[in-house]
This record gives sequence, structure tokens and C-alpha cells, in this order.
Amino acid sequence: MKKVYLDNVSTTRLTVEVRQAMLPYFDENFGNPSCVHEWGDIAKEGIESARNQVAQLIGGTAEEIIFTGSGTESNNFAIKGLALAHQKKGKHIIISAIEHFSVLHSAKTLGKWGFDVSLVPVDKYGLVDPEDVRRRIRKDTILVSIMHANSEVGTIEPIEHISQITKESEVILHTDAIATAGTIPVNVQKLGVDALSLASNQFYGPKGAGALWLRQGVRINPLIDGGVQEDGRRAGTENVPAIIGSGKAAELAYDSMTTRIEHLVNLRDRLLSEIPSTIDHVVITGHPKHRLPGNASFCIEFIEGEAMLMLLNSKGIAITSGSACTSRALKASHVLIAMSIPHAIAQGSLLFGFGIDNSSEDVDYVLEVLPPIVEKLRQMSPLYSKFLKRGK
Amino acid sequence: MAIYSERVMEHFMNPRNVGEIENPDGIGEVGNPICGDMMTFYIKVKDNRLDDVKFKTFGCGAAIAVSSMASEMAKGKTLDEVMKITPELVADELDGLPKQKLHCSNLGAQALHKAIENYRENHKKGKDNDRE
Repeated sequence: MKKVYLDNVSTTRLTVEVRQAMLPYFDENFGNPSCVHEWGDIAKEGIESARNQVAQLIGGTAEEIIFTGSGTESNNFAIKGLALAHQKKGKHIIISAIEHFSVLHSAKTLGKWGFDVSLVPVDKYGLVDPEDVRRRIRKDTILVSIMHANSEVGTIEPIEHISQITKESEVILHTDAIATAGTIPVNVQKLGVDALSLASNQFYGPKGAGALWLRQGVRINPLIDGGVQEDGRRAGTENVPAIIGSGKAAELAYDSMTTRIEHLVNLRDRLLSEIPSTIDHVVITGHPKHRLPGNASFCIEFIEGEAMLMLLNSKGIAITSGSACTSRALKASHVLIAMSIPHAIAQGSLLFGFGIDNSSEDVDYVLEVLPPIVEKLRQMSPLYSKFLKRGK
Repeated sequence: MAIYSERVMEHFMNPRNVGEIENPDGIGEVGNPICGDMMTFYIKVKDNRLDDVKFKTFGCGAAIAVSSMASEMAKGKTLDEVMKITPELVADELDGLPKQKLHCSNLGAQALHKAIENYRENHKKGKDNDRE
């Protein structure tokens, strides 16, 4: 059976070059980078060169990169670590309503620790209005965290405008760039942020390798105490092969970004235009222009996402959905709800995430397989029969 | 999909008794699209037995499999027997459901019971009218 992986939002496939770069660090170069001997030196040199590669990807310096175990850890570190380090100035933080759970739940935890959290809404495209951020800044605001792009709907946020506001108010700005770093050009100076999270498994690097870029001079509280790894800011023996892989993946992403983007945009735009023209009652979610190159997201009305996912999976197609039934919490995606998409429509969420291995034939296959699946489920749907009888 | 049993997958891929009944003797509608699942059961009653059962379901794989299984279990049974079909029995017949999907089996049994209550209600009214 044909197999088509279109879930590059969840994770991407390691490239051969990245795997090759990692392999020696599993056995031959197995040393602990903290140790003062040849084995230690080789491992240390490896992670320092990876640090340079990751720094180059985002326009930062190597000293500003702190390697972590995942994007989620980077976000936890940024939100909790920055809030704790600056709480003498105030205990108010601002985040958007569509942040990833690693930011939302970190902020919730801060709430339990006595911090005050304000949520910035988004419009129907998932876009944050910088003025909404400005309106929420108070004397005791210490941190603003707005994601660079939302992977679920693809919308890219106006971080450059938001950073002008946070600079005026002398508030630290963190951005979760997990969906963008390694995918589109990300430059910390241009964005004007103070901290930025990234994860290598989003750009064809290994899992278990994230990083937090933290502007020189910005204080942060470590969350993991122990030795002096990562300049004392993140203790624990480094996951050397994963860090090496993240460096190689960053280098490849940096070098081939333009061609990768062009390839993804072609596939994305075909799906964005052809799904609504082959299937009735489809809503495109996310921003029409400010959009991640590989993201094509929709809501298919009158049917539910998990059922579609299962039927697509039976045809060899892997995608994801923001429907309540696909989440273990049984709640529709907070992102779609924040965009004021009605619950019933949000249940029909489908998210296609293209990657560098996908081809135009993959789009053809989706366009061949999806319409009969939608038809089958609509024939079963009481909402669809009600619609046919009475209209919406 | 590894989270579901083979029987759930089989009923999901080939659901039985999908559709509506014209002029049904009872309708049972449960759930709402906000919580993710919605089921409508239609029944035809003959000699105190379910002569026909059809359903329409908006929901996940488990909800569709539950509807299909519940309709199979109810077909041909007496009204009292159908009232004794519990969510647990439906889930058991499907060789179990993942924990977070157990509420789907509640909906299946509830929809069947509601359809029978609806039939009994209509039937009672019919009798009252006869007397007048």
C-alpha cells in the first residue's frame, strides 16, 4: 500500500546526513563532555561546534545557546525560569491564547505560585494584535511570551511589532519558535526578542534535542540543579548524539532554507486550493498570507476528525487533527476555539504538515482518497442529514 | 490504530444499520457536537420487539463502532431486553474500549433507551387518544 507521511507538524524524519553526523557519538566518541581527558574533549568539541551551528541558524552567538531535552523543556525553562529570576520586579506575565501547552501549562503553574497571567486573544486567523499586548502591559509585567508561529493553523505572528512594544516597556519577550526555527528564516536580532525556544525534531534533526536561546545578560533561574553543564543553567550529562544531530540539522536547514520553502509552498498551495474546490463545506483555518510554508489546515464540516484520521490511516496517509476525540483530554483544540471557530466545526479539524520528502504525487493521492472518506462519514452524520433537510 | 480492538476497527470500517427509518416508531437523540459525539437512533417496533434499528452518528471511531454494535445487539430483541443493554455490555461486545473512549459506549446505550422511551411515550399518547 502507498504510504504518505503528512504529519511533519508532529515530528520530521531524520536526514541521512544528520544520522551520519550522530553515529560516532553513540560509541566511538562516547565521552562525557565535562571530563578532562581526550574522550571528554572530543565530546565537548562536538557539542561546541553544534552550538555554533544552532546559533548561526537563528542569528545568535554560541554562548547564548542553552541545550535542553526538548522544545517543551525550552518553553518551561523560559516561562518559569525567567519569571522566577525577575519576580522582584513584578509577578505579571502575558501570553497568547493559542500558545502550545508547554507554555500555557507553565503559565498555569506560575499562577499557582502566585503570579498573575494575562491572555492575549487572537482574531479569526489566529493572529495576535500587538496593541492587545500593549494594553495588557502593567507596571509589574515582567515577561511576554508569544509564539512565532502556530503549527496547528500555520499562522505567523507579528513578533517584530510586539518586540517594539516590549522594548519600550522594558519587558522581557520570549517567543516559542519551535514551528519556525529551521523552517523559515528566524533571526533573533530582527525579531527583537530576548529568549527563543527551538526543537531539532521539527527540522529533520533528532528528538530529545531542544535549545533555548537567551540574550546575553538576561538572567534566568535554572530549573534543573546539579553540575555546571550549559554554564550552570541546565545541569545533567549532555545528550551528546542528539546535540550533534541538532547542530547538523541546523546547518542543513540554514543552507537549504530557500529551496526547502519553495518546495513546501508549492505542495501547500495546491492542497489549500484544491481541497475546498473538490469538497463542499470546508473551512481553511489560519492566515491566508502569514502562514508556515508546509501547513495546510482545514475544518471539514459535519464530520469528526478522528474518524477521518482512522480512514486516512487505513489508506496509508498519516495526518493529525485538533478534534476533541483525538485529544486525550477530550477537548477541541484551544487554538481553533480561540479563533472563534464553533465547536461543531472544530471537531472536523484536519492538519496536513508537508515535509521535504513529500511530492506532488502525495497531494494527488490525498485528493483521490479524501473525498470518498468525507462522503462516507457524511452519509453517517446526523448533522449532515439535518443540514440537507433544513440548512445550517 | 493500535488503541482500538480488532472488533472496534471492524465495526468502524463496516458499520451495520447506518441510516434513517421513515416514519419511525421511536427516535433517540443523545450527545451534542460540543462534547464531540452525537447519535440518533431510529426504531421500528413490531409485537413488542425491535423490528428494525438504524442510526446516524457524528463522532470518532469509537462512537461509530459503538453505534453499530448497539444497533446489532438491539435488533430483534423485546423492548424490555433492549432496556437491559448497558454501556458495559456494548463495550464488552467490542472487546473493550480505551479508557478515554468509554463515554462513547454510554451514548450508544442511552440513545437506544431514549428511542424506546420515545416509542412508549408516543404509544401511551396513542392509547389516550383512542379512549377519547
